[in-house]
Amino acid sequence: MHVVVCVKQIPDPAVPGALNADHTLKREGKPILDESDSYGVEMALQLVDAAGGGEVTLISMAANEETAGLRTALAMGAAKAVLVSDPACAGSDALGTAKALAKAVERAGSVDLVLTATESSDGYTGTVPAQMAELLGWPALTFAKKVDIADGTVTIQRQTEAGYDTVQASLPALVSVTAGVVEPRYPSFKGIMAAKNKPVDICTAADLGLDGQLGWAGARQTITNVENAPARQAGEKFEDDGTGFEKVVSFLENLKVI
Amino acid sequence: MSTDYTPPLADISFVLDHICGLNEINKFAVFTHADREVVTDLLSEAGRFFAQTVAPLNVIGDQIGSVHNADNTVSTPAGFKAAYQAYVEAGWGAVAAAPEYGGGGFPFVVGAVLEELISSANLSFSMCPLLTQGAIRLLEHHASDALKAMYLPKMITGEWSGTMNLTEPDAGSDLAAVRTKAEPQSDGSYLITGTKIFISFGEHDMTDQIVHLVLARTPDAPGGTKGISCFVVPKYLMNEDGTLGERNDVTCVSIEHKMGIKASPTCVLSFGENGRGAVGELVGELNGGIIAMFTMMNHARIGVAIEGLALGERAYQQAYSFAHERKQGRASSTARGESALLIEHPDVRRMLLTMESQIEAMRRLIYVTAGAIDHSEHATEAADREGNEEIAALFTPLAKGWSTDTGFEIASIGVQIHGGMGFIEETGAAQHLRDSRIAMIYEGTNGIQAMDLVGRKLGLRGGDVVREHLGRIQSSIAECRVVPELSASAAAMESALEAAREATEWLLAQTNNDDVLAGATPYLRLMALVTAGELMLRSARIASNLECGPAQLRTARFFCEQLVPGATALVPAVTAGVDSLAGR
Ligand SMILES: Cc1cc2nc3c(=O)[nH]c(=O)nc-3n(C[C@H](O)[C@H](O)[C@H](O)COP(=O)(O)OP(=O)(O)OC[C@H]3O[C@@H](n4cnc5c(N)ncnc54)[C@H](O)[C@@H]3O)c2cc1C
Ligand SMILES: Cc1cc2nc3c(=O)[nH]c(=O)nc-3n(C[C@H](O)[C@H](O)[C@H](O)COP(=O)(O)OP(=O)(O)OC[C@H]3O[C@@H](n4cnc5c(N)ncnc54)[C@H](O)[C@@H]3O)c2cc1C
Repeated sequence: MHVVVCVKQIPDPAVPGALNADHTLKREGKPILDESDSYGVEMALQLVDAAGGGEVTLISMAANEETAGLRTALAMGAAKAVLVSDPACAGSDALGTAKALAKAVERAGSVDLVLTATESSDGYTGTVPAQMAELLGWPALTFAKKVDIADGTVTIQRQTEAGYDTVQASLPALVSVTAGVVEPRYPSFKGIMAAKNKPVDICTAADLGLDGQLGWAGARQTITNVENAPARQAGEKFEDDGTGFEKVVSFLENLKVI
Repeated sequence: MSTDYTPPLADISFVLDHICGLNEINKFAVFTHADREVVTDLLSEAGRFFAQTVAPLNVIGDQIGSVHNADNTVSTPAGFKAAYQAYVEAGWGAVAAAPEYGGGGFPFVVGAVLEELISSANLSFSMCPLLTQGAIRLLEHHASDALKAMYLPKMITGEWSGTMNLTEPDAGSDLAAVRTKAEPQSDGSYLITGTKIFISFGEHDMTDQIVHLVLARTPDAPGGTKGISCFVVPKYLMNEDGTLGERNDVTCVSIEHKMGIKASPTCVLSFGENGRGAVGELVGELNGGIIAMFTMMNHARIGVAIEGLALGERAYQQAYSFAHERKQGRASSTARGESALLIEHPDVRRMLLTMESQIEAMRRLIYVTAGAIDHSEHATEAADREGNEEIAALFTPLAKGWSTDTGFEIASIGVQIHGGMGFIEETGAAQHLRDSRIAMIYEGTNGIQAMDLVGRKLGLRGGDVVREHLGRIQSSIAECRVVPELSASAAAMESALEAAREATEWLLAQTNNDDVLAGATPYLRLMALVTAGELMLRSARIASNLECGPAQLRTARFFCEQLVPGATALVPAVTAGVDSLAGR
């Protein structure tokens, strides 16, 4: 079985971020593997194990041929990676990203399943997975908290507000995986050493036949303005005179959370 | 996951790249696989693992501690065994060990950084791997090929742990007094009988096998240190096929109740408790036990120096966040009607900077020493190897003695910054203080380090090793003086260097050895301050064209201008002579 995992390499959230004049995020320091994607990597490794063989390929689009985040996922056990990196990618919107990633999936060879996270930790539009599936012409199964593969079909438990739906599709398919559903393994010392020699296929927009379609050139979205998140409103205080719980309950009812 | 320990990788990387010459070490033929990118990945992943898996067990380890059971087994606190298993699976113990037996063959200095990370995360936990590393190194250098093949692979993976059995009730600092007996058997093995005390991880439940290295005397061995041999004594005897056999006659009869590192079991081990004697094999030459121990002494002492650094760092991180949360009193920056954060008080800032700058200074001194060991073992030019061996020999007692004293002082400042809460166990600041205290005692007390400095190291090449070291400091000061922001620091270093020269020449001129011993401890501190001061000054100079320039300048200036001047005040103590120490 051949599973592809889309992994985004993002600026380290521990380091204070900064924006460029055009409102895009500065991506200068060493990027890290988006934690949201570490679940997909772990899930893919487990699925390949359960299937009794196969391999995991990583796909990423990132600036400056950055591989720091990819190496973490390779050290966890993925076999190889396709990295789309091209100055022409700068300014890509979600659809441009999806186009590049979909072409990269095709470049990775014969693929049974693509895993993504439900949303990235830095951009978090949550739109790339469905766009990719559409471009690939594959079914998209989203918000999976459990994934099983058998006899050419994939069955997922799709997280809902009330519980979960069971959703099934034939392979090949794209599945987005929610955070926290598996325990991502720590890369081992041996894994890190092995990752050094794993192939990373670095390709440009032209290599993917997407000349002129990525980056600012292809973007249909523009960022017109950026504002700080509003400061948190002061909370409401309830004095507990014995009926505090009633006030809390009615407050929550008003918010329609209970 | 939120953790209360963040690996200080930025400063570590700076030191590796700019101060201790990792880029040169990586060029030695044996280290070409250890390129910078792999080292970066390794440190960040190991750091994450220690922070998330090992650090959270630090408090519970202190509260529960290891327990000695009625059947003479020892149980480590809940969670330790699983975390150790994860450590073995990740393979972190193998990084700096020999490739022939499954090790990663990385530079010693990289192994040293891993030790910092794991010791900061949880000192008690770290001692099991640390002692295993020491045992591995001794076996690598001295054991027969058969013994190496039998023990090293599983010790390098961490599946088996190792111990160091030196201390006895009457033999602590003075190993010449070791009395444990080793009786030769017809099959070439030995039967060991006697009692060892204070043996860290001498018994525990984290590994299936424990490999004890034991100092003992054969029946007709000469007296003193020349009659001591080293033996490997496994907890379970080894079958021919490498599987574990019968239980050997070594028993943990009790463990100590201690001031700190409570999760690290400190064992009384009885060899021959069941009447027969424990079966052991000779490691290295007969009567060569002390020499064997000496070959790994620099490594082990650097390991303990790191403990001072590591707990200082941990205490600092905790104090730093507390100072940014707790509000108390008013400072000049406080708005009307509000209280100030502790960090706004100049005196609290002084405390924090005293911690931070000394941590950086220790880190530089220790990693430079570790890097010198790599150079001394692998540099291509003989002169380069010899020069670095001298540096490692001179710097090791400075690193061990000063860093462990300072680690404890820093942990004490950490308590102070917390005010009353610092004295309350729940806060966790007190644990760092208690835990850090041991590093000044074991692996040669700091008094013994000072004696090593004045007794063995000062006299190397008639004092020229020290003189040349001070000469290099002088050249470095001259290079730094031209950076305008560093002129005051350079001036402070000049005065301290003068003090170091005066103290050194005085000691070299003495004819009564007791006068020299009387000044040993203040001399160690003086030399450490001057040596570390130069490293801080150099860091600031190198960083002046880098992004981290302002940060380096801030700590270097504080260290050189406010702490290094203390060196000059130590001269009278160094040169007072033994008559000044008359007792009552
Ligand atoms: C060099 C470069 C410059 C860019 N410049 C801009 C810019 O100027 N303006 C702009 O709006 N956007 C830019 N982007 C794209 C942007 O960062 C997002 O990748 C894109 O908008 C997708 O949105 P998202 O992160 O919200 O994805 P989501 O839909 O939230 O992501 C869901 C999942 O899709 C996968 N995924 C998403 N992006 C990637 C990726 N790059 N590689 C691998 N997997 C991925 C992951 O599994 C992720 O968890 C740039 C990207 C690159 C590489
Ligand atoms: C928690 C813990 C763990 C330990 N782990 C191990 C272990 O795993 N393996 C092991 O073998 N040992 C271990 N030890 C033992 C440790 O190494 C010794 O305690 C240490 O070497 C000091 O020996 P001592 O306790 O006999 O003190 P002493 O040697 O009696 O020293 C007492 C004081 O006198 C000073 N002193 C002694 N001799 C001289 C001298 N000649 N000149 C000047 N001053 C002197 C010392 O500096 C010290 O201040 C451990 C000890 C502890 C407490």
